[in-house]
Parts: sequence; structure tokens; C-alpha cells
Amino acid sequence: MGFTTAMENWSAFRDPELAKRIVAEIKARVTRPVKIMEVCGTHTVAISRTGIRQSLEGYVELKSGPGCPVCVTDDTDIDGMIHLARQPGVIITTFGDMMRVPGSSSSLLEEKAQGADIRVVYSPLDAVQVAEENPGRQVIFLGVGFETTAPTITLALEETRRRRLDNFFLYSSHKLVPPALVALLEDAELGLDGFLLPGHVSAVLGRQAYDFIAQEYGCPAVIAGFEPVDILYAVSLLVKMVEDERPEVVNAYPRVVKEEGNPLAQERIREFFRPVTVRWRGLGEIPISGLELAETYADLNAVTRFLAGGRGFGYGGTEPGAKLRGCACGEVLKGKIDPDQCPLFDRVCTPTHPVGPCMVSSEGSCAAHYRYDRH
Amino acid sequence: MCLAVPARVAAVEERYAWIEAYGNRRRVATGLVPEVKVGDYVLVHAGCVLQVIDEPEAKETLRLLEEVYGTSL
Ligand code: SF4
Repeated sequence: MGFTTAMENWSAFRDPELAKRIVAEIKARVTRPVKIMEVCGTHTVAISRTGIRQSLEGYVELKSGPGCPVCVTDDTDIDGMIHLARQPGVIITTFGDMMRVPGSSSSLLEEKAQGADIRVVYSPLDAVQVAEENPGRQVIFLGVGFETTAPTITLALEETRRRRLDNFFLYSSHKLVPPALVALLEDAELGLDGFLLPGHVSAVLGRQAYDFIAQEYGCPAVIAGFEPVDILYAVSLLVKMVEDERPEVVNAYPRVVKEEGNPLAQERIREFFRPVTVRWRGLGEIPISGLELAETYADLNAVTRFLAGGRGFGYGGTEPGAKLRGCACGEVLKGKIDPDQCPLFDRVCTPTHPVGPCMVSSEGSCAAHYRYDRH
Repeated sequence: MCLAVPARVAAVEERYAWIEAYGNRRRVATGLVPEVKVGDYVLVHAGCVLQVIDEPEAKETLRLLEEVYGTSL
């Protein structure tokens, strides 16, 4: 099959006629409003952009959860990163999404304007290249992301060993999705009927990693791709399971997600990291939900090397966990309120003047609602 | 942030591959999926191949949808 043929075939996942039929089927089946949470920022944007959220209004309530790794990065982590950027001789390398995220008193973008050497990279391997080209400087990569991103970082760590670099360090703020799902499932107030599971996290974890959702919590969950038909198909499967009271964990994205995921990527996460308890913005501390560098790679850890107070210290001068500037991100990330229910939304907080990270990140719930769902 | 884009593998080297996506060529790491070969469609995230896209599975999903929703795709 040639390139165009394959792409043409996949365009069926964007077919408007098919999407309409699925919407109609969902509406016909639903006997009471079904509350579904998506936990992937890319889903959040796709659902808002394509109008799926609105097309199902009154039938299926699609709530955005803690699906954007930038948004769930705790203030104490952001402040720690900013503190790192202020160290003389240091070069900070980061994904672009992190630049404008406000810590308690500054952002990386502001630090850059003040003269800090902060460089946006597309891949963690590009950060290794920066280290190689700057032998007299210490290059720190800010590792933010879920299971999708963590394995790519391991390739960078391996590359520093291969090139025998001694000036590359990682600030690992990586987080794990299943422990966050547990925290949400145990929050009775949320009353969720089902989960739309993140397609690309699942490409690494595999379907079986989520079986506990149905088995232990009796909640249905469906792994979904990112085209409109992918998402609607997953929602229709969820609605059916809710109506039939037969919860299962279903893979509706088998062209990318395998039953066992990508075992090599999982293996690499286990080799390079160890699971630890970390703070999530909005959700607080979640047991064993983050990744710290493994002992074997401790010499690459930017926290032990450069942060005397350790992780979670109040580098920005505020108490860790303090609620900042009246931002309701915490409630938004848990799906307890919609972004437009935050008193600052669209009045004080806009994408050009963001107050919280949910408005900064292009995949944040507030940014997505601002762009596509304002009535 | 977990955005991953589909691309076609144009050439493979040791630990890397050249991919074509949206008319661009780019070198990506293949350490997470060492078995990629020329012609494969892959999912790329942060400069690394994350998974090979399974074309028969894509067709199967579409066939299933066609069966349930009665559209010819
Ligand atoms: S609208 Fe702004 S202030 Fe309100 S929760 Fe969202 S990011 Fe925070």
C-alpha cells in the first residue's frame, strides 16, 4: 500500500458522515446523562476543537481531567526549575510548553528575558547535543511528561553515557497515569461513569495496564485514538457499557495500542527510573505516581546536584501547596468545575494573560475551553 | 504533550531512521522500536519512534465501523 493510499484510508477516521451517525446512535442509546472524563490533553483539544463536546451536550458530559503534564506540574517543581535556570553557567533545555508556565513568582520565559540561558528543544536527544556542543557548561533537561515521554528520555540518558558526557543532567518531573486514575476513582464526589483513556500513553502501557479500572472499581474505560471518529466510537462503547452495566477496559485504538503495549519502552522506564510519591498540581500528593532517576543514574540527577533544598522545597518563597492567585486549576484538573466556572476565566485569565498553567499550555483545559467552547 | 504524529519510514540507520511526515524529512531515534523498517508507518513522539502503526488493525477497525454504522468508507 502506497503512502497516499494509507493516509486516504485513515482519513475515514475523520469522516463527517460516520461521525454524525455515531453521535445519533449515542443520543438514541442514552437514558440519563453519562459523565465521562478524558485524561489526555490531546483528547481535550480534539474534543473541543471538533465540537464533539457540544454535539453531545445533554447526553454525554465530557469532563477534562489531569491530562496535560505541564498543567499538573506542581508549583514547587516550577519554582525549582526556575531556581536551576538562575545558576551561573547552567543551560536549561526544555520542551516549549514549559516556557510560560507561571511558578509562584516567575516563569522560564521571564528568566530568559532576564538573561538566563534557556533553550527550547524538540527532542531530549537535542538536549544531549547541546551538552556535547557546550563542554564547559552544565546542561539540564527539564523532564516533563507521562509514560509516552519518559521512554524517550531514557534514550537521551543512554546517549550521554555513549558520548561520555559529564555535563548533562535531568530534572525528572515525570508522572504516571494509572496512579492518577486511582486517585480520581477514589474521589466519590466526582461520580464518573467512565474514562476515555489516553491513546499515546497506552501505546507504551498497553490495554492490560488498565484492567484494574473495571475489575476493582467497576468503571468502564476505553482507549481512544485522536480523530473525531476514534473519539466518538470510544464514547459510544463507553455509553453502551454504562447502559448495560457491564464495565470493561476496551481498546478502540488497536492500530497503535497493543494488549501489552511497548514492552521495550516499559523495560527502559524500569531500568532508568524508580517510582516515587510526588505532588500533582491540583491533585496533591499521589502515592507512587512519579519517576525519579534510578540509583545507577543518580549522577545525572539535577535535583541532587544543584538543589540544596531538594525537590519540593519552597524555592519561590511560598509554602509548598499554597493556592496561588485565586486560580481554580485544582478544581478544573479534577473535573469538579468546568473552566468557565472559575471566577477568573476570560475576565482576568486569558491565553495572552494566563494566571494558571491550564490557560498557558495549548493542551490545558482552560485554553481549550477559551478557544473553542466559549458560548 | 503526548502528541505523536504518524510518519512513513524512508530510510533506516543504526539507532535512527529518516521519516517523512507532511512533506518533511527528519531523523528520529528508533531505540524504542528497533525493528522499524523502510515503508512502515510509525508514530513519532519527541523525536523518537514510539510504535509502528498496524495497518491491518486500522482496516479492521474501519470494517467494524462500516458494519455497525452502515456507511461505505
Ligand atoms: S481560568 Fe485561569 S485562573 Fe481559572 S482555573 Fe483556568 S488557568 Fe486557573
